[in-house]
Amino acid sequence: MAAMMLNAMRRCSLRPSWAMRFGELSSNNVFSLSVQTKSKKTLARPGVKNIVLVEGVRTPFLLSGTTYADLMPHDLARAALQGLLNRTNLPKDAVDYIIYGTVIQEVKTSNVAREAALGAGFSDKIPAHTVTMACISSNQAMTTGAGLIAAGQCDAIVAGGVEFMSDVPIRHSRKMRKTMLSLSRAKTLGQRLGLIGSIRLAHLTPELPAVAEFSTAETMGHSADRLAAAFGVSRLEQDEFALRSHTLAKKAQDDGLLQDVISFKVPGRDIVSKDNGIRPSSMEQLKKLKPAFIKPHGTVTAANSSFLVNTRHTHIQNDILIVSCFHPGRDFVYVSQDPKDQLLLGPTYGTPKALERAGLSMSDIDVFEFHEAFAGQIMANLKAMDSDWLPRHTWVGTPPMEKFNLWGGSLSLGHPFGATGCRLVTTVAHRLQKEGGQYGLVAACAAGGQGHAMVIEAYPQ
Amino acid sequence: MAGARALGVLSRFTSRRYALFIGNNFRTFSMAPALLARTHVNYEVKGDVAVVRINDPSSKVNTLSVQMQREMTEVMNEVWANNAVQSAVLISSKPGCFIAGADINMIQACNSPEEVTTLSQEGQKMFERIENSPKPVVAAINGSCLGGGLEFAIACQYRVATKSKKTVLGTPEVMLGLLPGAGGTQRLPKMLGLPSAFDMMLTGRNIRADKAKKMGLVDQLVDPLGPGLKSPEERTIDYLEEVAIECARGIVSKKIPLRKEKGRMQKIQDHIMSYGFVRNQIYKTVHGKVMKQSKGLYPAPLKIIESVKTGVEQGPDAGYLAESQNFGELAKTSESAALIGLYHGQVACKKNRFGTPQKEVKTLAILGAGLMGAGIAQVTVDKGVHTVLKDTAVAGLARGEQQVYKGLNDKTRKKNITSFQRDSILSNLTGQLDYRGFENADMVIEAVFEDINIKHAVLKEVEAVVSPHCIFASNTSALPIKDIAAASKRPDKVIGMHYFSPVDKMQLLEIISTDQTSKDTIASAVAVGLKQGKVIIVVGDGPGFYTTRCLAPMLAEAVRVLQEGVDPKKLDGLTTSFGFPVGAATLADEVGIDVAAHVAEDLGKAFGSRFGGGNVEVLKTMVDLGFKGRKSGKGCYVYQPGLKTKEVNPDIGDILEKYRITPNPAVSSDSDVQYRLVSRFVNEAVMCLQEGILNGPLEGDIGAVFGLGFPPCLGGPFRFVDSFGADKLVEKMRRFEAVYGNHFTPCQLLLDHANDSSKKFHK
Repeated sequence: MAAMMLNAMRRCSLRPSWAMRFGELSSNNVFSLSVQTKSKKTLARPGVKNIVLVEGVRTPFLLSGTTYADLMPHDLARAALQGLLNRTNLPKDAVDYIIYGTVIQEVKTSNVAREAALGAGFSDKIPAHTVTMACISSNQAMTTGAGLIAAGQCDAIVAGGVEFMSDVPIRHSRKMRKTMLSLSRAKTLGQRLGLIGSIRLAHLTPELPAVAEFSTAETMGHSADRLAAAFGVSRLEQDEFALRSHTLAKKAQDDGLLQDVISFKVPGRDIVSKDNGIRPSSMEQLKKLKPAFIKPHGTVTAANSSFLVNTRHTHIQNDILIVSCFHPGRDFVYVSQDPKDQLLLGPTYGTPKALERAGLSMSDIDVFEFHEAFAGQIMANLKAMDSDWLPRHTWVGTPPMEKFNLWGGSLSLGHPFGATGCRLVTTVAHRLQKEGGQYGLVAACAAGGQGHAMVIEAYPQ
Repeated sequence: MAGARALGVLSRFTSRRYALFIGNNFRTFSMAPALLARTHVNYEVKGDVAVVRINDPSSKVNTLSVQMQREMTEVMNEVWANNAVQSAVLISSKPGCFIAGADINMIQACNSPEEVTTLSQEGQKMFERIENSPKPVVAAINGSCLGGGLEFAIACQYRVATKSKKTVLGTPEVMLGLLPGAGGTQRLPKMLGLPSAFDMMLTGRNIRADKAKKMGLVDQLVDPLGPGLKSPEERTIDYLEEVAIECARGIVSKKIPLRKEKGRMQKIQDHIMSYGFVRNQIYKTVHGKVMKQSKGLYPAPLKIIESVKTGVEQGPDAGYLAESQNFGELAKTSESAALIGLYHGQVACKKNRFGTPQKEVKTLAILGAGLMGAGIAQVTVDKGVHTVLKDTAVAGLARGEQQVYKGLNDKTRKKNITSFQRDSILSNLTGQLDYRGFENADMVIEAVFEDINIKHAVLKEVEAVVSPHCIFASNTSALPIKDIAAASKRPDKVIGMHYFSPVDKMQLLEIISTDQTSKDTIASAVAVGLKQGKVIIVVGDGPGFYTTRCLAPMLAEAVRVLQEGVDPKKLDGLTTSFGFPVGAATLADEVGIDVAAHVAEDLGKAFGSRFGGGNVEVLKTMVDLGFKGRKSGKGCYVYQPGLKTKEVNPDIGDILEKYRITPNPAVSSDSDVQYRLVSRFVNEAVMCLQEGILNGPLEGDIGAVFGLGFPPCLGGPFRFVDSFGADKLVEKMRRFEAVYGNHFTPCQLLLDHANDSSKKFHK
């Protein structure tokens, strides 16, 4: 167990002080922990492998169409992978497998994990695959890796996520595609001319990637607005939370707490080393914004939404990548529910389940990192967790705000769908180290009415 | 019958899903407590906005009853007198219903047209005060907003509606032979323009919230909410109220303008409409269309046009007066009484009088993927019932599955459901060629070929594989159920479920029980039918049951009329001008000449010479020549795909010539031919009641109108006897009897009614 973990440690040539532990240590490992008030001393269980997060890095999150404009998704992934190698001094053949999460695929690099790994100079003997699960794609990448380690397939995994919004695949219309495909099969000049002649103006309308939920045809912002209304979340509460997120993010950035960000020399451009979406504003300015989705009486605005989801309204997007090298534990859950009315309630359903699995209570958790898709979504989830919404036996209470997303969140840092999960986990790790806590909890919602929650334990010093 | 298409007026009934007028029979509460405390309308002042809440405690829906109107007047007076109140919001506390219309019993209780006119004028006055209210009134609409409810809403200054599926707006009065009598005919044309207003009032169709917003009928939409701190229904109403209050404040502070900027198209339309001759042209066109569809048998649409015209051309005073007077006149017409009777019947036939079945049908298997089988699958699968469609051949199964898919896909294209819903509904359908999984079926409906031997064979096959609780239902149009059940090991589980083609359009389901059928089996069949959205009559067993038995003599008479040299087109004209939505010759083609011949022969054997008339050989010869009706492309008419007009089949002239009968001029006038057709139908219906096939005259009327297209304006055969007079009908029949014999012998029950004019089928 522990050997396996140490084995992994050795290969990563990292000082254990840098590593975060997911899951449990075998009980014969004697560590004296300073925090004694927990309902459980450790999540470690005998005979079960521990999964350890070794390091997590990310390229800065930038608004779309800014410095990263001319790159491709795998370029970002490549930069992060190289950054990880640099920071960990990892040999290029040290890992057994590479997994990436992504949402909007660049069709040329549909297995972006492989392209990035090759480009980053990893050994071409390391297999790589790409997973997708909307906003929790990189969570899925991490837990898939955890599964491979737990199953004894691998000792060291690189898991990450990438999302690149400066360029998205815009397709020809279905009619046009059909015509073009027939054209390639046409044998005679007459057939070809006939097909070309059949092209009408309507054929030329392009198809943009869908912003709406496929099953319900509702956009996420629209659903968030309805969810906020269902839980009686006011516009004021949402704006206040958004302001909090930006203020905390700004402070964390200024204090140099966002250690996971690596500098990245963009070809043909400057070196970027800071996220550029953090913009603390004032309540007066936030109040002026008009609702972005439900007009005229909605409460979700561009300012209280994370900025990937409402690209149309804010014209800002970002591109990022995080890679975390870690070993997964078992104390994570995936949940799913009604994609229409409960689209964004993943954290509400996931948190009690994850805590139950870990045998912990809400008060045991020192660090909370929830994915902030919308301020209204966070507030609705908090209200739901505080209400009779859940069956009584699963009621666990709400996370205290003094432990909640203290370094900003998706609202202020940005939300590259495929990469946010890795950022959350890495942030929990860094916060546990910084704040000296023992347990952390990550929770996120995703399109399709899905959600993810994971309990993380600080690696004993 | 296998196929009876309802068109025209009847089809307007089929789209009805929401109650307009709900007969409010809860009149037991005394007046004394009602004076002390208001029970139906209450209000609460929230800041400077009065929230007026409507809730009829005695009913599932709100209706504009006397009590409701009085309390509303009181509340509005208090609101107007309260200086702290700047505006008002009108909202219903009932989920799924704003106001479903006026109280129908209130109208029916009036004794004269004048009384109804007064009623209408009181409503007009009340809404006029709302319209002229110095404090803006916002109607917050969630659920059905129909008839008087809609007229109330459009009298308000602003309308906010939820986008819920249950939110529908409409003026369905025309379907009850009435008109919107509380200012509707005057306000709607102003709001929507003449064409849209006519369309709404003359079709009576329900308009969904998003469409209503586009038309300008509502000003703002609110999304329904999912579960949150409260149940979705409750929270949606609260949310609607919050938004409506904001709107009310916005109107007071002039942030929300009440006069909307008109679009260019609107301006152009208004300009065109300002010419008198354009408007006249519209009146003329609409009038022409109405006459063509209704054959002048329905007075309500004409009165609607008249009321609108008076208001637009002669000003509001004359308009409102015309509206109230026309409303009074219409309320006392026999057509309105007939349509209201049908409405009540329809409501009654949507209830399960056999109670809740012991076991809910969760898996339904259908044998035969033909037109009927697939049609039954189509109306079942989208109700969340696992549906198994079994056929014996791949080609037949593929055709059937395609029919189900097409039905759902058409709904997707009309945006009634999303493509995702379509796919998830279809996941409930299993197509197969064998009896795999039949042990899980709770009910099996067979829709195989109409042959007793085949029916027996499938019954035995099914009973060998299904579990003991499974019900076997036969979708036969004429074979007696007890004959089918004779081959069964458990005849208590055998029942008849006679669907009408096309199953997804025809509302009627005729359920046939034998002496051996258990109560629970009937309850289960009715429950399935109700789930499928059907109007259900439960009848006794016998050759042709009720519907087929009534239709057969009429078709026999139609054949005789053809043999007497009447052209099929002329025959159709005579029947449609009597009020049948489909002419007799066309109906025969729709049903299928082969089916008609088959039925005529079977029932002829069962009932003897009484079912004679036309020569069955005419039908048989047609079948031999391949003229099987619409399905074969030729019958009485020639059907060409893509062509709407149809020509008389030139080849049937020779057949008819061969079987030519010389008409007797004494009984061959147009009117006589009509009554020859109708009286045989009616006589047979009354005989079904006499023999106990029918449970009551109400079910008889519903079955005839919704299954066979009996003129809705006459309200069904029994109401027709009541209003026409049994004695007069018998007198006509005696005259025909003298010429044709026992085909026209009136049955005993009809004679009883003829001899005693106080006897009525409907009280």
